[in-house]
Amino acid sequence: MSEAAFFIDYSRCIGCEACVNACAECDTHRGTSMIHLETIERRDSVQTAPQICMHCEDPICAQVCPADAIKKTPDGVVQSSLKPRCIGCSNCVLSCPFGVPKYLSSIDQMMKCDMCYDRSSVGKKPMCATVCPSGALTYTSMEEIQRTRQGIPINSWKFGKEEVKTKVYVMVPREVERVEIGLVQINATPLALPNDPYDVALMLEEM
Amino acid sequence: MAKLPVEAPELVRVFGPTLHRVPAGGWARTTEDEKLVKTHCCFCGQQCGIQLRVQDNKVVGFEPWEDFPFNRGKLCPKGVKRYMQDEHPDRLKHPIQRVEGVGFEAISWDFAMQRVVGEIQRIQSAYGKDAFAVLTGASLTNEKAYLMGKFARVALQTANIDYNGRLCMVSAGAASKKIFGMDRSANPWSDIPKAKVILAAGANIAECAPITTDYIWQARENGAKLIILDPRMTPIARNADLFIPVRPGGDIGVFNGMLHILIERGWIDRKFIEEHTTGFDQLVESVKKYTPEYSSKIAGVPPEMIVKAAELWGPAPTSFLMHARGIEHHTKGVDNCMAAINLVIATGRIGREGCGYAMITGQGNGQGGREQGQKCDQLPGSRDISNPEHRKYIAGVWGVAEGSIPQKGLSAVPLVEAIHSGKIKGLISICFNPVVSLPDANFVREALEKLEFYTCIDFFLSETARYADVVLAGSLMEEDEGTTTNVEGRVIRHRKATTPPAEAREDWKIICEIASRLGYAEKFKYPSPKEMFEELRVASKGGVSDYYGMTWERLDETNGLFWPCPELSHPGTPRLYENGKFGHPDGKAHLIPVEWRPSDEMPDDQYPVILTTGRVVSQFLSGTQTRRIGALVDQASQPFCEIHPRLAEKYGVADGDFVKVESRRGNIVVHAKVVKTIRPDTVFVPYHWPLDRSANNCTNRAIDPVSNIPEFKICAVRLTKVDQPSDAIAMLEVQAGGVR
Repeated sequence: MSEAAFFIDYSRCIGCEACVNACAECDTHRGTSMIHLETIERRDSVQTAPQICMHCEDPICAQVCPADAIKKTPDGVVQSSLKPRCIGCSNCVLSCPFGVPKYLSSIDQMMKCDMCYDRSSVGKKPMCATVCPSGALTYTSMEEIQRTRQGIPINSWKFGKEEVKTKVYVMVPREVERVEIGLVQINATPLALPNDPYDVALMLEEM
Repeated sequence: MAKLPVEAPELVRVFGPTLHRVPAGGWARTTEDEKLVKTHCCFCGQQCGIQLRVQDNKVVGFEPWEDFPFNRGKLCPKGVKRYMQDEHPDRLKHPIQRVEGVGFEAISWDFAMQRVVGEIQRIQSAYGKDAFAVLTGASLTNEKAYLMGKFARVALQTANIDYNGRLCMVSAGAASKKIFGMDRSANPWSDIPKAKVILAAGANIAECAPITTDYIWQARENGAKLIILDPRMTPIARNADLFIPVRPGGDIGVFNGMLHILIERGWIDRKFIEEHTTGFDQLVESVKKYTPEYSSKIAGVPPEMIVKAAELWGPAPTSFLMHARGIEHHTKGVDNCMAAINLVIATGRIGREGCGYAMITGQGNGQGGREQGQKCDQLPGSRDISNPEHRKYIAGVWGVAEGSIPQKGLSAVPLVEAIHSGKIKGLISICFNPVVSLPDANFVREALEKLEFYTCIDFFLSETARYADVVLAGSLMEEDEGTTTNVEGRVIRHRKATTPPAEAREDWKIICEIASRLGYAEKFKYPSPKEMFEELRVASKGGVSDYYGMTWERLDETNGLFWPCPELSHPGTPRLYENGKFGHPDGKAHLIPVEWRPSDEMPDDQYPVILTTGRVVSQFLSGTQTRRIGALVDQASQPFCEIHPRLAEKYGVADGDFVKVESRRGNIVVHAKVVKTIRPDTVFVPYHWPLDRSANNCTNRAIDPVSNIPEFKICAVRLTKVDQPSDAIAMLEVQAGGVR
């Protein structure tokens, strides 16, 4: 088996938070979860999405850190801030396109997902990807994921004009090459209201 | 006595539930684990493999067990945090007895035993043997389930023993026995990803059986179509090919409607039906009137959905049907399951790779717990207590006269009714929290208060244990050895990680001592649970659920064996009904026509809304364990009322408002959760909480005539927007029944 990689498949997520709970159990995390679960819009849908650190090839969080406190390991894992350096400014929190770093006021430091470095650096899977019961989080080889999934893994993103490449892959339909997130005008009224695919009342009206 | 000695808030102050958040020794522990114990989760029927980390005879954490074939390291949040019940501040560490106006005081084991045995003898000699009843649970190991059945029949000689599987698996079990001739999921889970169409009915798989999710998603990666029946769009339904938001109690409309179309379009296996089934002609006759339009009215969904379901199910080369409490918790629960199973048999897609059927067992030992003889009508080996041959065989195993074994007793709900009406005067319970888990909770509380004597074996003071005269401090799953039988019918080993703390004892030692003091020492002389298993093997020999070929050593070597396993050289039976051989004496499947009928309580002008109940992913059943674990309570801290925006608007209710949900039997006040993912005629409340937050204050005590399962899944309620309550119960912590 070639080197293992991290794959996220949002379509599989069932919102159980096994990942969030297991993250806190990783020895070095000492009871604090470094990841979170996004509930997209509970009124409209049960869609949820686990958010781990995507481990950018050129991490923006590190670029904007005035204290040079965020380091990447040689194998591409972006670490939490270094305690002696972090000044708690939260530049990283604001700049991350994925909303990953969290400033913990109790310890005046930024902490984030380090892919369970104490586990993954010795050949074990990160806690979240080990326990995830839906396979929304998977840590396996590229060959294995291609063999077992219909979607394809990509790690190329575009936020406005900013291109980002990540160590972590997301599963997308075969025709997608890059996740593109356009800029949105704040307070603009959408041209058309999105349809409501999960409204049970509408499903029943189709009688 | 069996009344609360003091008000509930005072009991909560002393006994919890309080929240446990940090493992023994703290997060910063540095010492190496002494032991990594390969065992299984104590919660649901998936029985995931897990390794418990042990230091200083304390469970301090877990490590995924990736080699265990069923879950391969995967866990849900309950499994991840389960070890937080160890070293818990609420843990009962010695026997206690009720003191009026004070609460509970510690007593010695000797005194506790004297009182319990004295009261059993007093009540039985004054009112007869059957006046002392036993309530047990499906989270007990096979060994303990077996022991409880024997204890009731041999030591107490009471007919009245039943278990909380009565709230769980009995409809599915009865339907399977009627049609297949056996009560077990027909296939190992490894068949699921090989099916080309999957139908899951009344099964909130993502929250109640999370590990099964990956099997279903894997089937879809392999090209399977997924059909989900549920009044709510649950997380597993979001990506289904066909989601049918069926009206609670309307499932037969979908199943019979599908069968009508399958027959009409020739999507049935005539050769299989001819060779391996009986009753097909009557079945055809019975579904003639179930046209899509007629079925649609029963199911409360557009006829096109039923047609589409038949079109997905009918021509598929392989298929897997599974169901859970959503179709089983009805006064027609058995009929619902039979209508579903008819679809499996009619298409002949059973007993081979990728073709199968499963009921998704709810409780930890939901499968094994219903085989070892702790049901009111059953003896070990899934034997029938009214069958003379079966009685004779078990009497031989136990070394008692056949005539001394009582006849069939009362099932759980009628048993509680008999307590209420004064026929039953004494009760011993283990692994059952009926004050939270039985329907019509106000009635259950009234019943308990009428007992002359109630004793309970528990590790925490559950809401029900609060009513006890004597509470006997028992053991957690990881403090004892034993086996359970998982959702697939795979018998697996639970291994001891630690010993019970302080004076707490292994449950079986408590039961054996009571039996011994009642004069049955010879019949309850077990050095360990292993010897109970050895006796259970023999007791099950020749029965339907035959464990005779299993030993603990074999289970250890194999990661579990599937029953029937009749000989020591037998490999076990992962897949039932191969080559069309079914469990009935004639070897055939018996198709049974099913006619829809209304639920016991339908909505009307006074109570116009349907209430349905269920679970959330981070809590388990009555919450005795999971409402004591900080992270799990944080994730779902209090119950809520899911309500569609259209219905909410009618009552002027906005998201987060407090609503009173009220039935003819009781009410609860909870937050409204306004979501479009539920039918507009139905509201949903999860049932894990006690007191004024207990959904079962509202639910209906009506039971299925065959399985005696209560109708948890439908009752009629009305809704009122109210202010935030501020009474003493409301002010409790949320895990104890408060609101915030």
